[in-house]
Amino acid sequence: MSGQTLISGRGLSLSFGRVTALRNVDVDVWPGEMLAIVGESGSGKTTLLNVLAGRVSPDRGIVQYRDPEDTLHDVHAMPAPTLRTLHRSDWGFVHQDPRQNLRMAVSAGGNVGERLMARGARHYGNIRAQALDWLAQVEIDASRIDDLPRTFSGGMLQRLQIARTLVTHPRLVFMDEPTGGLDVSVQARLLDLIRSLVARLNIAAVLVTHDIAVARLLAQRIAVMQRGEIVETGLTDQVLDDPRHPYTQLLVSSVLTT
Amino acid sequence: MAYVAVKGGERAIDSAHAWMAEKRRGNPEVAELSLDQIEQQLGRAVDRVMGEGSLYDRELAALAIKQAQGDLIEAAFLLRAYRTTLPRFAHSLAVETTNMRIERRISAIFKDLPGGQILGPTYDYTHRLLDFGLTEPSANAPAPTEPPDDASMPRVPDILGAEGLLESVGAPNREPGDLTRQPLTFPADRDVRLQALARGDEGFLLAMGYSTQRGYGGSHPFAGEVRMGTVAVEIEPAELGFAIDIGDIVVSECQMVNQFKGSKTAPPQFTRGYGLVFGFSERKAMSMALVDRAMRAAELGEDVTAPAQNVEFVLYHSDNVEGTGFVEHLKLPHYVDFQSELQNVRRLRDEVERLREAAE
Amino acid sequence: MKGYNFAYLDEQTKRMIRRALLKAVAIPGHQVPFGSREMPLPYGWGTGGIQITAAILGASDVLKVIDQGADDTTNAVSIRRFFARTANVATTTRTDEASVIQTRHRIPEKQLNEDQIIVYQVPQPEPLFRLESSRIETKRMHGLADYGLMHVKLYEDIARFGQISISYDYPVMVNGRYLMSPSPIPSFDNPKMHMMPALQLFGAGREKRIYAIPPWTEVRSLDFEDHPFRAINAPDPCGLCGATDSYLDEVVTDDKGGRLFVCSDTDHCAERRAQGHIGADGMRDAAE
Repeated sequence: MSGQTLISGRGLSLSFGRVTALRNVDVDVWPGEMLAIVGESGSGKTTLLNVLAGRVSPDRGIVQYRDPEDTLHDVHAMPAPTLRTLHRSDWGFVHQDPRQNLRMAVSAGGNVGERLMARGARHYGNIRAQALDWLAQVEIDASRIDDLPRTFSGGMLQRLQIARTLVTHPRLVFMDEPTGGLDVSVQARLLDLIRSLVARLNIAAVLVTHDIAVARLLAQRIAVMQRGEIVETGLTDQVLDDPRHPYTQLLVSSVLTT
Repeated sequence: MAYVAVKGGERAIDSAHAWMAEKRRGNPEVAELSLDQIEQQLGRAVDRVMGEGSLYDRELAALAIKQAQGDLIEAAFLLRAYRTTLPRFAHSLAVETTNMRIERRISAIFKDLPGGQILGPTYDYTHRLLDFGLTEPSANAPAPTEPPDDASMPRVPDILGAEGLLESVGAPNREPGDLTRQPLTFPADRDVRLQALARGDEGFLLAMGYSTQRGYGGSHPFAGEVRMGTVAVEIEPAELGFAIDIGDIVVSECQMVNQFKGSKTAPPQFTRGYGLVFGFSERKAMSMALVDRAMRAAELGEDVTAPAQNVEFVLYHSDNVEGTGFVEHLKLPHYVDFQSELQNVRRLRDEVERLREAAE
Repeated sequence: MKGYNFAYLDEQTKRMIRRALLKAVAIPGHQVPFGSREMPLPYGWGTGGIQITAAILGASDVLKVIDQGADDTTNAVSIRRFFARTANVATTTRTDEASVIQTRHRIPEKQLNEDQIIVYQVPQPEPLFRLESSRIETKRMHGLADYGLMHVKLYEDIARFGQISISYDYPVMVNGRYLMSPSPIPSFDNPKMHMMPALQLFGAGREKRIYAIPPWTEVRSLDFEDHPFRAINAPDPCGLCGATDSYLDEVVTDDKGGRLFVCSDTDHCAERRAQGHIGADGMRDAAE
């Protein structure tokens, strides 16, 4: 990897009482690449995601984000309004449970349009056209634009969440187990969709998953976490084909044997 | 008939007030109620109005009840509106209920305890049979008296607390919040929450407390102690530098003892819900203690799922003077807004009609 | 009135309210919490407006009180009497004679001037309350000027009805910064708030908030470029004075669908008729 990172964490540590969630973690994401953070539950991967996204503050360490003007920002020293603006423009967050992000009492079109309106879009026709375009991109039929999300299936909800998140063309998206809780055939379709969208829009992403296969399919690079530490990191294929750390070996072998 | 703009609001109001006064008095051949009669014989109503009206004055509460024809929310409202005109000279020190002159004191968690169980003047064990003997005036046989018991009556929570089984509460070291001076803001500290509950509607608190017993935010309550009686109120004027006694009030206090599992860092301990209300208002004191404990869910690391645990919901809706005003204000004319809605609906219907015609 | 201070409230309380008012004027459209007092009128009847009026009223003020645009509705009468009794101030029904106008649900038709103050009674100061019930959350949204949600509501309206379906209490942006409830005035009145020469004060007693719009301040009703704000009014002229530019009440005249549209602003209508303007039904009225 060369060039300048989009977001970097250095020396990140965080404890909840006696439980250490992060121990001296360094992490980098470059523009346009996807980094997968894998590990079993309790390994600290979701905590790391939340710390990078500024949602949880670390006890020690720093997270720096490089904006389009090439200025570095300390994410945890940012004023709340700036961070929030970032979250609804340059950044996106895809939750495992789309209901956490979607407004269930607002139509699909309104859900997709909200970020545009929050950013100042004031032309109804344009907002609706963009909502329609995005529904098409996530393979939701245009006739569903005025329907409430509660009438949608689990897979559709997740695709709607992705449309709602990507409509402002963020540069960096955080994803927390985006295919968790979906059945296998729905997962495959969603993974294809995420892969093609991220590639086409040249979006960088940090993906948290416990599923090695998901990481292999989507991510160029991978970081393996165990007990709050990154025990191995590198290009996804290299790490998964030739794991060095015993824990990574265990993870990979457990996938192959099941 | 041609339209004549409706006039005469002035006359209508005057007539309505005169009619109401006549209704309040009822048949003039029936003797008029005196304030003494209300204060003496409708004591529980007086207590409730003092509590919800936030003013400890039995005579004014009796007057409010008379003026409101026994509508206790209206009476509390009258008392509040009067109270608001009074200057506030000081805030009292925390009343020392350990030194209460007890009329009733029971604990559900110990069979017997220092100072004993004192039933006091309670309806608890009466049979709810209408007593037709009360239809006619009659002289009451005096209640048997016993020499006052000088035994000390420690508060039950203090007994548990001495063993470390009950969480301790820090002594207040600052002036308590006062909702009658400062608006409610969030997060609301416990002093302010308790004040809101003490002023809150008995029926609302009863329903909220009851809901915690039915699975909506339960906390395994035990009535650690209920005590009622007279306590001294003291203030400490800044210019004096020591406390002076300004009078006695009757209060009901309830301390609920609730289970708490403990955490990794804290050993298991009982937690407490607290209720304190003017006068003999045991039902409200107990409800208040349940709701107080429910509202501490977040502080104690419990999931906030039930209405009684939702601090914002409870505090914003417990006040019956606020509630009655806003509900009843729907009686005021709203015809300007309704007119807008009327035109609006017509316009929307026209649009639908136009689209349908265009489609045909 | 014997036993009570001038205009009912004690001077300390008035000072507290004036401090809140100063802050409100300094931050147009921002809701300032204040220690709202219990008043002898019920919540929802205008306790917020009454407290503001009590705090700003001087002995030489002339007070006008309207409800639904009319001086003679019962609640307006009651509040006007309250101040006549507790402050002994002069009262009027004439918009141009008043120095302080307390109102519920309307703005007078006649343009107010720089020497006047209009006090609105507000039942619910939080413009976002239907969309977000938690005040902790709405406070954060105001702090961050995060108003996308309000536009989502307007978007949903257009998607469903083809137009924005808010007809009263139509949200406005004040001075380009704060989203504000104009109180439940018909949206017809919204444009009057924009660049108004008079000081506009808003009091919500039960909700314990005060806010304000200083004179000559920008007040914009929310809308979309391709669905601009449109006020709603009955299409007819006033039956009594023939006015075509005033907000109209609809009066049911019989049980056969008979309707009469008349000015909601009773002073405006009376003044026009005194000047000789006569509407279609005013002729019959005068003839009887």
